[in-house]
Amino acid sequence: MTNKKDTNIFNRMMSIDRRWVFLLLVIVCVTAYFIPFTIPILIEPEVAVIHEFIDTLPPGSIIFLAIDYDPASLAELHPMTYALLEQCFRRNLRVMCTALHPNGPSMAEAAFLDVADSCRMDKTYNGEFFPAREVVNGVDYCFLGYKPYPALVILGMGTNFRLPFPADYYGTPLDSIPLMRGVQNYDQMACVVNISGTSGTEYWISYGQGRFGFPLALGVTGVMGAEYYPFLNSGQVFGYMAGMLGAAQYEKLADNPGKAIIAMKVQLYAHFLIIFFIIIGNVGFFMDKYKKKREGR
Amino acid sequence: MELGTFVWTTLGAMLTLAIFSFLYKDNPFYKFAEHLVVGVSAGYWAVILWHNGLVPNLLERLQDGDWYYLWLNSSRPWYLIPAILGILMWTRFSKKYSWISRWPIALYIGIATGVAIPLEMSNRVNKQLYATMSNIHWSNFFGTGFLDTAAGYSEVIVFIGTIAGLIYFFFSKAHTGTFGVIAKIGIYILMIGFGASFGLTVMARISLFVQRIQFMHEDWALPAFDKTNPNYSGWFPAFFWLVGLIVFGYIMRELIIYLKNKDKPKPEKA
Amino acid sequence: MKRQIPVFLVFIFGVFMVFQYFSPHEASEWVYKFLMDWIYIIGIFAMALGIWSLIHVSYDKIKHKRHDWGYSVVTLAALFIMTFFGITGFNENGDWGFYFMTQEGLTNPMFLNFFNYILVPIETTMFSLLAFFIASAAYRAFRARNVLASMLLVSALIVMLRFNPYFGDAFAFYMNKTAAWLLNVPNMAAKRAILIGIGLGMVGTALKVVLGIERGYMGKG
Repeated sequence: MTNKKDTNIFNRMMSIDRRWVFLLLVIVCVTAYFIPFTIPILIEPEVAVIHEFIDTLPPGSIIFLAIDYDPASLAELHPMTYALLEQCFRRNLRVMCTALHPNGPSMAEAAFLDVADSCRMDKTYNGEFFPAREVVNGVDYCFLGYKPYPALVILGMGTNFRLPFPADYYGTPLDSIPLMRGVQNYDQMACVVNISGTSGTEYWISYGQGRFGFPLALGVTGVMGAEYYPFLNSGQVFGYMAGMLGAAQYEKLADNPGKAIIAMKVQLYAHFLIIFFIIIGNVGFFMDKYKKKREGR
Repeated sequence: MELGTFVWTTLGAMLTLAIFSFLYKDNPFYKFAEHLVVGVSAGYWAVILWHNGLVPNLLERLQDGDWYYLWLNSSRPWYLIPAILGILMWTRFSKKYSWISRWPIALYIGIATGVAIPLEMSNRVNKQLYATMSNIHWSNFFGTGFLDTAAGYSEVIVFIGTIAGLIYFFFSKAHTGTFGVIAKIGIYILMIGFGASFGLTVMARISLFVQRIQFMHEDWALPAFDKTNPNYSGWFPAFFWLVGLIVFGYIMRELIIYLKNKDKPKPEKA
Repeated sequence: MKRQIPVFLVFIFGVFMVFQYFSPHEASEWVYKFLMDWIYIIGIFAMALGIWSLIHVSYDKIKHKRHDWGYSVVTLAALFIMTFFGITGFNENGDWGFYFMTQEGLTNPMFLNFFNYILVPIETTMFSLLAFFIASAAYRAFRARNVLASMLLVSALIVMLRFNPYFGDAFAFYMNKTAAWLLNVPNMAAKRAILIGIGLGMVGTALKVVLGIERGYMGKG
């Protein structure tokens, strides 16, 4: 039976039904979504270096994009993928891609088709005019698809892409794809950008960059965001985009505002709410502790 | 947007709301959606493994052989060996013959671990140690500007923090004396790291929810009333309000149940 | 015999792969490519084990009419329907049929619709539930009980508020700088220590497996 003395305001502050917390979060996020305002996105050097690297590549260079995520990480990583692909195709760079997560290939395919649609329109980014162009599968990009055990696939591609992938996602033998003429392995790639929501990132660092020495940039979810700074510092990775903020920074750099920049304003208010809950939880905790100490309990 | 696409989007919206209903309590809508996604995901995976895996890597290589010769007359019959080893893995389900599955597993484990030893040692340990023991720029000790990551003091913190963190995880010696002081510094540095991870994790989780709001608004609610759509018809808002009706009905049902049971005494917890 | 041969196989292939890393000789490259080619095929069959396991568990639940067996019917039906759409489709002439050896199934509109409007929304929403649980967990469990917990809390607050524009441009600038320093210096040192520890553990475990000291992968019997 509860003691009436224990149901003071501080105890109640610490024991709000979690469903009220959920409802408040929904109200705050939905309200923030519909209020029109922008927040400043400050660019980090580790994100800027990726954009600069891709911007300065000569036309015709090939970038390897490892889209190793599933729909669960779509929110943070898809904006990075879209911004990167648009930048590559507008600059007439060619893209090779794998999707080494079993639930990822159709999402990666959809990203290529969507960006190809976008490239059919004239656009201006950062004051530079880009005319409409056709993005053709097999000429401008080659989507290899999925194979299990990413570590061994990454190793195999270092010898020859045809070792794990005799054909592309659509079943076309790699030897009959125009983009693959003269392309054997990572040596012909300008860089590898791994966009991943899983431990596949570690395989790209150890088994890929570690063994074959290509320039590697990462795009990871916020959950993994704090983990890969050591690799950035040691030079194993030259660029790093972490979470929705990284995606928003890249969209800003590419002058291609998308879902990430819009989502950041909702993030701000959600963070305020969570900080508010942390504060009231701690105030309740400390006041209750102080009260018990005073009562000698 | 065509009506067919909008109907599918409405299905996606309904399934989204079914999953969100779990926040209130576990219910049949959530369970249905949960089991549905397990089946669809497994089916998707099976199709991808077949089309992207078995067909190009095995079946197309044996294509020039005949099945009634068990593909032994193909130009590359040696590919049958990994196929047989792969099938032998399925003996894992048999109590009597499960020992046979150990052979292909041993092959895979041997290759994977053999490859891991030099690469993990080189990339996770050696290169990280080299980076830790880099030169400290004493001439630039105080750096330029506010909290300069390239300043000498930052490099000293990285060096001390890494060593102290490693010492903290060395549990074979008691954390007493000088060793204990360094381990204490290590745990303080680790706590800062975990706090940074937590902050980024909160951002990650919120962004997943924001994406759902974007989907519900931009991909479903807006097209439901977008009269500039050349394919627009009365069915668009009809499907939208149908979902609204289902949600409203469920909320009313729960409210009625709550009001009915409000004054009943709650059963004592054992 | 049942346990010795797999241990021997692990040793042989493990040692070969370690030496192959250091040996650029053509012969070792040739064997390496051969083994990699095999391992991709074996891996595909291994992945299929999971699917069979799901079918077996669901069928068992339906057969014995266990609790919530009706949902297992949904699972199996979804699995078989998705597989059906994945192996059927329309070819370039618009003819519908079963296409086992070509990839028409991957572009089958129904297959893509099931992926885009069932799998993607449900999976994304399931993970978005974590936003609510983290808010609830932060409220209930995040207490600054001691110095260590307080340091964790302050560090998290700095990272969470790094893009806050409401206290002026100067606040936003310094907050962002502090968060960047936090991530690149103390956080990086902490994660490096953990990384080195994990790396040493992984190498140790891999050596134990190759040398036959660790035999957990064989299971019982």
